[in-house]
Amino acid sequence: MLRRALLSSASPLHGRARIPRPSHSPIQALLPQWSRYASVASSSVPPQPPPPPPPSPPRGPSRSGDGGPTVSSLNPAEVAKFASIAETWWDSSGPFKPLHVMNPTRLSFIRSTLCRHFRRDPNSSKPLEGLKVIDVGCGGGILSEPLARMGATVTAIDAVDKNIKIASIHAASDPTTASIEYCCATAEELVKEKRLFDAVISLEVIEHVANPLEFCESLSALTVPNGATVVSTINRSMRAYATAIVAAEYILRWLPRGTHEWSKLVTPEELVLMLQKASVSVEEMVGFVYNPLSGEWSLSDDISVNYIAFGVKKSEASSTNGREASLS
Amino acid sequence: MLSRRRCFAAAASRIRPLARAFCGAPASGAPRSQDHSHTKKVAGVKAPPDVLDVAIVGGGMVGLAVACALSNMPLTKHLKTAIIDSNPALKSRGYLDKNSTPDSRVSTVTPATISFFRDIGAWEHVQQQRHAFFGKMQVWDYTGLGYTRYNARDVGKKYLGCVVENKVLCNSLLLRLKEELDDIENVIYPTRLVSLTFPLKSRQAGMKPASSEPLSIGHTTEELHCSNLVKLDLSDGRMLYSKLVIGADGSKSNVRQIASIKTTGWNYPQSAIICTVEHVVENDCAWQRFLPSGPIALLPIGNNFSNIVWTMSPEESLRHKSMSPEEFVKSVNHALDFGYGPHPRSTALDHYMEQFFSGIGNTATSTKECFEVPPKATGVVSERMAFPLSLMHSHDYVSKRLALVGDAAHTVHPLAGQGVNLGFGDAAALAKVIAEGVSVGSDVGDLTLLQRYEKDRKAANVAMTAVLDGFQKMYSVDFGPLNIVRAAAFHGAQYISPLKKSIISYAMGDKKWPLFP
Repeated sequence: MLRRALLSSASPLHGRARIPRPSHSPIQALLPQWSRYASVASSSVPPQPPPPPPPSPPRGPSRSGDGGPTVSSLNPAEVAKFASIAETWWDSSGPFKPLHVMNPTRLSFIRSTLCRHFRRDPNSSKPLEGLKVIDVGCGGGILSEPLARMGATVTAIDAVDKNIKIASIHAASDPTTASIEYCCATAEELVKEKRLFDAVISLEVIEHVANPLEFCESLSALTVPNGATVVSTINRSMRAYATAIVAAEYILRWLPRGTHEWSKLVTPEELVLMLQKASVSVEEMVGFVYNPLSGEWSLSDDISVNYIAFGVKKSEASSTNGREASLS
Repeated sequence: MLSRRRCFAAAASRIRPLARAFCGAPASGAPRSQDHSHTKKVAGVKAPPDVLDVAIVGGGMVGLAVACALSNMPLTKHLKTAIIDSNPALKSRGYLDKNSTPDSRVSTVTPATISFFRDIGAWEHVQQQRHAFFGKMQVWDYTGLGYTRYNARDVGKKYLGCVVENKVLCNSLLLRLKEELDDIENVIYPTRLVSLTFPLKSRQAGMKPASSEPLSIGHTTEELHCSNLVKLDLSDGRMLYSKLVIGADGSKSNVRQIASIKTTGWNYPQSAIICTVEHVVENDCAWQRFLPSGPIALLPIGNNFSNIVWTMSPEESLRHKSMSPEEFVKSVNHALDFGYGPHPRSTALDHYMEQFFSGIGNTATSTKECFEVPPKATGVVSERMAFPLSLMHSHDYVSKRLALVGDAAHTVHPLAGQGVNLGFGDAAALAKVIAEGVSVGSDVGDLTLLQRYEKDRKAANVAMTAVLDGFQKMYSVDFGPLNIVRAAAFHGAQYISPLKKSIISYAMGDKKWPLFP
């Protein structure tokens, strides 16, 4: 397995990956990860100049009209710095600790909604068996591996090549996760490939993309009719500003300063509307709340800061075609 | 208490987490394992080493309870589990004879433990073997100044606890495990652990050399899959890989020492002597008397038998162990009756306290019960065993791919029979955390997951350890004013009903914290 992973890290397309390697550096799903590294770099080396400005990929105008991948303005220095920290993806006390701590809570929501939607036994140890699931913006595979352990057939994409390498190497050490198909690609590229999945999951990504509506449309295009789309992000509320930006980035330093840009945050109403436009109807939405005393996250009705939405792709006349395409 | 803390550095670990399992040959156990793989090769098929989800080192009561709990939950029953223990008792496949003389190693299981056993389906096997419920308990001290009687009715229960031989508890768990698993022979490894090799902390550092090495030197897919697992070398030459190792191997835990987990603790200047005695009539009450040298407990075990747990100085314990049975019985009866001091009597103070506190809450029924003298022992029917007492608490219960349970994580003073109940509490909590992890697709050896078990149990175990240590200290001094304070505490426990109910609930394992309602 490692051999495969290593080979595929040299050439991410080896074997399973059917997606042509992007000739330019598109970013859609990448920003949360590479922006996070910046804080770590700055906190580990305090006398550095102020952290680089928050990554703000160009909005709409830079996108080509044909729906092709966004031409990004990645800062090569930042990418290089990110590469140095990518190894810490799986250090549960490292810079990605907040994600590790939050992960079980996110997964319990995904598990329960998918079990209900696909009528799976919630007491099964592998309730997602046979479902094709894609993790858009997988980072080091923190979400992809648990999904694979729950039985799903997982495809995971990230625009950062280094993340994909880390994720493949890590996944290779466990037979149950070694089957994850990791690709360095964007959602748009998979849409072009006409790939289809029973469930499309993209967590903490939408607030970093250049055009959230187009991103929602891509997610929808990857979902089979009657399939599930799950999106999580941060609300654009005063409390979110106070907690996710001021507290998490400036006081607690959980996240690099500039990880989240206020104006780019998406409110639940906006998310529902965008997904609606992309023919995904949101059926369930819950918030995540952090208990500073127990240090744990839990699900709650309070969606004023972190929230996650579960939607179902509307079935169309072409639903059978979609199924066939997904099996091809 | 903290000032007396002493750190015992864990004994030098045999094998440090030194290398990726497949990269360097580990220092010990390697020749054997090589022989082993060699023989397999000769046989024609190179069988890969067993790869497990959970390896439980130690098939005692707590280790078996973890295995049993895992095999009983829908989310965890698929986990590939092994129990490593060379104890021949694990070969038992039937009920133990109810009419034999009871073993001197017994446990007082609390209602919380009983409900855990019911949940995992093992209690019905206990009921088919010897066990003795008791609904009453009397605690008094040698000064004659106070006594407390507890009654299960005070908290609306039928019993306070149940005395069961340890071998019955083990056997019941084993029988339950056999019902759940078709291949119990393959789950129990009748051997000992020789060494443990943990994966390197930074996996990336471990993986890099592999990428530079030519891949043609025989690294199979299995070996690569094992690079992130714990390697266990067994004394029969076998080798196992596991995602999670559970150390259930007792207070001198080999697993804990190999993992270099430090402990805090001290030895009490006391030993406990245990044995089984016989009465003319059946005993239905648990008795405990605090003597200057330590407490003596008389626990019913059924069929006119009782178990003695008597704490005393090490010299005294040797003397009591070697004296004639007749002399020993005389000594026991003396200690449980008029020895060292008078019986406590009701006084005007008691009536006053009773009236005063009856205004607070409902009076517990046992408040009006008078002091009773425990039944006389007529003979000692088992071997007398003596063992030194100590308090030990492990600094960490978990590390990456490792969890300690039961005595491997903590040993307490046996004066309230709480040790094994804390162990069963650990087993239940760990199994629950593993099930939660499986439900969200976590790796069962993930440290973040295991830390939830540690957080859940550590506080409860430390609280109980401190309460019992406090008791031990309180009774290790014979000093006038302190005797009066103790007597006042007894009176308080006897007459203040809310306090009494609170104490009973805590000791029964229904509550996690002492005193708080």
